[in-house]
Amino acid sequence: MSVTNLLENWSEFRHTHPVNDVPHDPYKWAMSIDLDACTGCNACSVACYAENNLPVVGKEKYAAGHSMHWMRIERYWPVDDTTSLEPATREFPDQGAQFLPMMCQQCEAAPCETVCPVGATNHTPDGLNSQAYNRCVGSRYCSANCPFKVRYFNWYDYPTTENVWPAEMTQQLNPDITLRSKGVMEKCTFCVQRIRAGERSVKNEGRVLKDGEVQTACQQVCPTGAITFGNLIDSESKVHQQWKAQRVELTAEEQEKDKEGESELRGYRILEELRAYPSVMYMERVRESAI
Amino acid sequence: MKDINEDIAWAKINKDVLKSLESPRKLYWVILAVAIAMISVAVGCEVYQYNIGMGVSNLNNPHVWGLYIATFIFWIGMSHSGTLLSAILHLMHADWRKPIYRFAEAMTTFSLMTAGLFVMVHLGRLWQFYYSLPYPNDRGLWPNFQSPLLWDAMAIFTYLSSSILFLFVGMIPDLAICRDNMHDGWRKKLYTWLSLGWEGTDRQWRNFRITYLTIACFLIPLAVSVHSIVASDFAMSQQPGWHVTSFPPYFVAGALYSGCAAIITLFIILRYTFKFEEYMTLSILKKTVRLTFAIAMIWTYLNAIEFASVWYGHDQPSKDVLIQKATGPYAPFWWGMIFCGSVVPLILAFKRFQTNIPVLLVTSLLLNLGMWLERWMIVAPTFSHGYYPWTWDHNQWPSWVQWGIVFGSFGWFTLLFMVFCKVFPSVSMYEVKEMVYHRSRAAKKLEASGLQAKGAH
Repeated sequence: MSVTNLLENWSEFRHTHPVNDVPHDPYKWAMSIDLDACTGCNACSVACYAENNLPVVGKEKYAAGHSMHWMRIERYWPVDDTTSLEPATREFPDQGAQFLPMMCQQCEAAPCETVCPVGATNHTPDGLNSQAYNRCVGSRYCSANCPFKVRYFNWYDYPTTENVWPAEMTQQLNPDITLRSKGVMEKCTFCVQRIRAGERSVKNEGRVLKDGEVQTACQQVCPTGAITFGNLIDSESKVHQQWKAQRVELTAEEQEKDKEGESELRGYRILEELRAYPSVMYMERVRESAI
Repeated sequence: MKDINEDIAWAKINKDVLKSLESPRKLYWVILAVAIAMISVAVGCEVYQYNIGMGVSNLNNPHVWGLYIATFIFWIGMSHSGTLLSAILHLMHADWRKPIYRFAEAMTTFSLMTAGLFVMVHLGRLWQFYYSLPYPNDRGLWPNFQSPLLWDAMAIFTYLSSSILFLFVGMIPDLAICRDNMHDGWRKKLYTWLSLGWEGTDRQWRNFRITYLTIACFLIPLAVSVHSIVASDFAMSQQPGWHVTSFPPYFVAGALYSGCAAIITLFIILRYTFKFEEYMTLSILKKTVRLTFAIAMIWTYLNAIEFASVWYGHDQPSKDVLIQKATGPYAPFWWGMIFCGSVVPLILAFKRFQTNIPVLLVTSLLLNLGMWLERWMIVAPTFSHGYYPWTWDHNQWPSWVQWGIVFGSFGWFTLLFMVFCKVFPSVSMYEVKEMVYHRSRAAKKLEASGLQAKGAH
């Protein structure tokens, strides 16, 4: 335990530009979500609850804003005037709601990581934004600084709360995942337990994971296949090809779609101008009719 | 009007101040009882929150920060004017500070202690708070040195320990007076121990002066840095309404402002309860009031700068937050802050109110209400109108648990402060003697020169 040790360790975690300084190898996990395919059915959200042992907080706590949905489906109505926040005057069914699945964007330069006083949230070499529950003291600074507000705090001791998982449902809890105690922050992990299990299983064969060998829970259940997850470095992977087809760059601050104006491209990342470099690409909706 | 009557005998100064350690007015005990009642409310709320979970505070996702952080900044801010009076004015040789700097310095220490409690109350797992301190451990884990919260923890610990040292060192000659005059009992033992064998020799005085000056010089940059760092919690983040370059000076000005207002309040209370009318004179009050007015105007100016830079900037989300503050659900509090912080201090500009005690008591309380609202209006609205639309339709208000703890913190501060003033001399005896001496010499000189001038004609 010395200052030298501190400085050496430091360089492993912190570098000047998270995107370029340490190249990801052999994995960079990323996602793409086709909003045109999304029907807002919420299956992804339910799958996430089952896979990640998310507590079902109940009506009252949900209404109080204490819900723990790592994956949430947001609903947007078209507006007449883009500067106004009021919904359009025309009838809603005419146009239909637009849906957007939102979860941790696993930013490459994550605003949450730099502000944590205890370093409980860090970047992994495969490009995930990790959260160490045991280290978290619950200052909630990470959530305060998250532009997407996708971090969820354990406001109560959910595992011991009655009816969070009804009696027989405790049998379906995922044994690969720890239960989170009162006072720690949590968020979408890109189903890191599946990634790690997959990595271990191919390690003996001396190869890296192939596309499709690891699926996230939300991807697995999406009935329309709107969610694609995979290794961005692997040029064979579907996610890589989708990012390439949409000409979306991980290290760019503005994508081709927005540069060109009238463009056929649909790929963008949310709040890109904040330069957090998210790992999730969205493809914007093209159909105009209701679902 | 004189700052102090230069005919007061030194023995009388000793007697009057020592009397404050023995027999305060009845109001003292009333204040103490009320303070303890307030603390018990807060303790009850905190025990409840600790056992059930942070959810009972009605904070939620995404409103993860609330009154705790706002009140934390408020108490940190309060601590600044003690340093202003004791260190900055000391270096500037403004001798009118002498009768009032001791309690201002005590205010610094105790408001820092109160602020520290809010960090604990705010943490989700307060039993693990020490993770945020850089302590050696066999896991080789360090805190995250990039985080402004960590700078906060370190700056506050440094400031607290230095200001306790400063308060103590400045009190040594007075503690010796207490030791020599106090009847036997635990307090005599305490004074004997704390006065470190002070005898008032030349050598001791010389060393004392150097030490005191050194700590004063050390404390000033520290005070400025502490609140700049608290401002960095917000300015270094990426959120609209927080990401403002002018926050550090704005926070420091706000800190001095609320601190000066608190000094006026405590001045009035101490003057009455401990019968300090002869030392805490209206003339000194007037000077403090003028200082407060000046700082109020600086704060108003910096506030206007912040609004203007957001308004004329091209950052639409920040502009939206500003518009929401003025027109949204927080509008009554936001306008309340503008009224209490920028309009109410105009009362202080009128000469006839500058020494009017009832008016000043009400005004100083209103100023601090405004400054507390300011902190709340910095913290909360950003969560209701951030970058992301999902946050926009959330309407969230603090629960009685949050209000109870905030309420009780004022009792906690008052208790610490009042106990201090009863146990330790809250007016600096040796410095008031200096002041009286210098003033009477100056008066004699003036008289002599006046006589000469007359004689020449």
